[in-house]
Amino acid sequence: MDRAEVDSRIRTIIEPFNKKSVEINDSTSFAGDLEFDSLTVMDFVAAIEDEFDIIISMNQQAEIETYGQLVDAVTGMQGK
Amino acid sequence: MSETMTAAAPDLFDKFDEIIQIRENLLASGVEDPFSLVMEKVLSPTRAICNGRDTILLGTYNYMGMTFDPDVIAAGKEALDEFGAGTTGSRVLNGTYQGHREVEDALREFYGMDHAMVFSTGYQANLGIISTIAGKGDYIVLDIDSHASIWDGCAMGKAEVVPFKHNDIEAMEKRLKRIPAGAGILVVLEGVYSMLGDVAPLKEMVAIAKKYGAMVLVDEAHSMGFIGEHGRGVAEELGVLDDVDFVIGTFSKSVGTVGGFCVSNHPKFEIMRLVCRPYVFTASLPPSVVATAATSVRKLMHAGNKRAHLWENSRRLHSGLTAMGFTLGTREPQSAIVAVIMPDLQKGASMWEALLHEGLYVNLARPPATPANMTLLRCSLCAEHSSEEVETILGMFERAGKAVGII
Repeated sequence: MDRAEVDSRIRTIIEPFNKKSVEINDSTSFAGDLEFDSLTVMDFVAAIEDEFDIIISMNQQAEIETYGQLVDAVTGMQGK
Repeated sequence: MSETMTAAAPDLFDKFDEIIQIRENLLASGVEDPFSLVMEKVLSPTRAICNGRDTILLGTYNYMGMTFDPDVIAAGKEALDEFGAGTTGSRVLNGTYQGHREVEDALREFYGMDHAMVFSTGYQANLGIISTIAGKGDYIVLDIDSHASIWDGCAMGKAEVVPFKHNDIEAMEKRLKRIPAGAGILVVLEGVYSMLGDVAPLKEMVAIAKKYGAMVLVDEAHSMGFIGEHGRGVAEELGVLDDVDFVIGTFSKSVGTVGGFCVSNHPKFEIMRLVCRPYVFTASLPPSVVATAATSVRKLMHAGNKRAHLWENSRRLHSGLTAMGFTLGTREPQSAIVAVIMPDLQKGASMWEALLHEGLYVNLARPPATPANMTLLRCSLCAEHSSEEVETILGMFERAGKAVGII
C-alpha cells in the first residue's frame, strides 16, 4: 500500500474524531489543532490499528505529533 | 549572551498553570479544600475527628478494619520495643530483619505460592516488578484504566506499551494477536479497578493471555482480604489464580498498615531481590510495620465472617444510593468500593463538603485520576461499619444530595 492510499484511508477514519471539522494537512497536530484528549487518542489509535492490522505502541505514539507523521509511520509499517 | 539566555528560559513551574487555575477557581467558590483534610484524632477504623468534626470514615480503603485490631497493635508495639523504630537499610544489605522474613512467610501461606517479596509501598511493588521484568523489546499489554504505579512501571522499563479499552476482552486479544512473534509479553490487569469499583473479567482475559504465551500480572490491591474464598482476590474468586504469574498486593488497604508485595510461583523469582531497583535502592519497612502486617495477614486467612458482613454493607449502600437516584459506577455492587458519579467538579466538591458537614468522609476523585474525565465521590466500605452506620450514611447522602441538588 502506498502513502497516498494510507493517507486516504486515515482521512476516512479521522472524520468522526474531527469534531470541529478542522482542515487536515500533513502539519495538522493531534494535540494542538485537533485537540485530541487521551481517550480520543486511544479510540482513534485503536481504529487505525484495526484498519491496518498493526500495533502502534504508546512509545511510537509519543513520536507522532502531526497527521503527516502518522501517515508516514503507518506507511512504513505496511512495508514490513 | 548569558543575560538573554536567562531571560528566555521559562519558569519550569509554568506547566502547572492550568491545574493551579482549576484549583484556585474551586477554592474561590468558598468550598472547603477537599485535598487538605486533616484527621486530628482517629477513634476507630470507621471514625475520626476530621477538620474538628466527629466523622464517619467512608473513604479509607480500610476494608477489613485491621488498623485497630488488638493483636495487630500488640505485635507492632512488641517489635518496636525489640527491634527499634527503623531498619535504616536496604533489604539486600542491613534491612532484612526476622519480621521481614515472617511477613513473607505469611504471604506465601496466604496465597499458597512459592515466593513472596515485600516492598516498602504498593506503588514500588508495581513500579519495581513491571519495570524489571518487561524491558526493551518486550511488550506490555494493559488496561487503559490501570493505576499510576502500573503506568510508571511501564515507563521506567522501556518496553513497548500497548493499552486496550477498559475491561474489553476483544480489544485485548486484538492487540495480543498483532505482537511480533518471538517478543516477550506481559499482560497487566487489576482485580478491582479502584475508581469505579468494577471487577475485571479475569477468567476470559487470563485464558486469552495464556493462549498468546504471555505472562500475567494481576494487581489485587483492592480485593485482597475480601474477595475470594480465602481473600486472595478476584483471580481466586474466578478460579484462575493458578494461571496468574505474579500477584501484586499492598498492606495499605485490607492489611491496615503500609507496604507492598509480589507473590509468584516462578522458579527464578528470587533473582528479583538483586535486580529490582525499587526493591534494592530504598530502605526496608520498619520492624513494627512488618510485624503488624504479618499478624494482620494471618488473621485475614480466617476472616470469612468479616468478609460476609462487608459484602452485606456494600450491597446495602449500593441499593440504598441507587434507590435515592444517585448514578453509581457499577450497576450492581462488585467490590467494597461504591463510586457515586457527580455531574461536574463544582457539584462534586459541593457534595463532598455537604457530606463532610453531615459528618461523613468520602474521597473526591477528579481528572486526571478518573476515567473519562469523571468527577466521583468514591466510597470504600469497612467490615467494621455496623449495619446501623450504613443506614446513617444513607441518610447523610440523601440530605446532602437534596441540598446540593443532585437528587
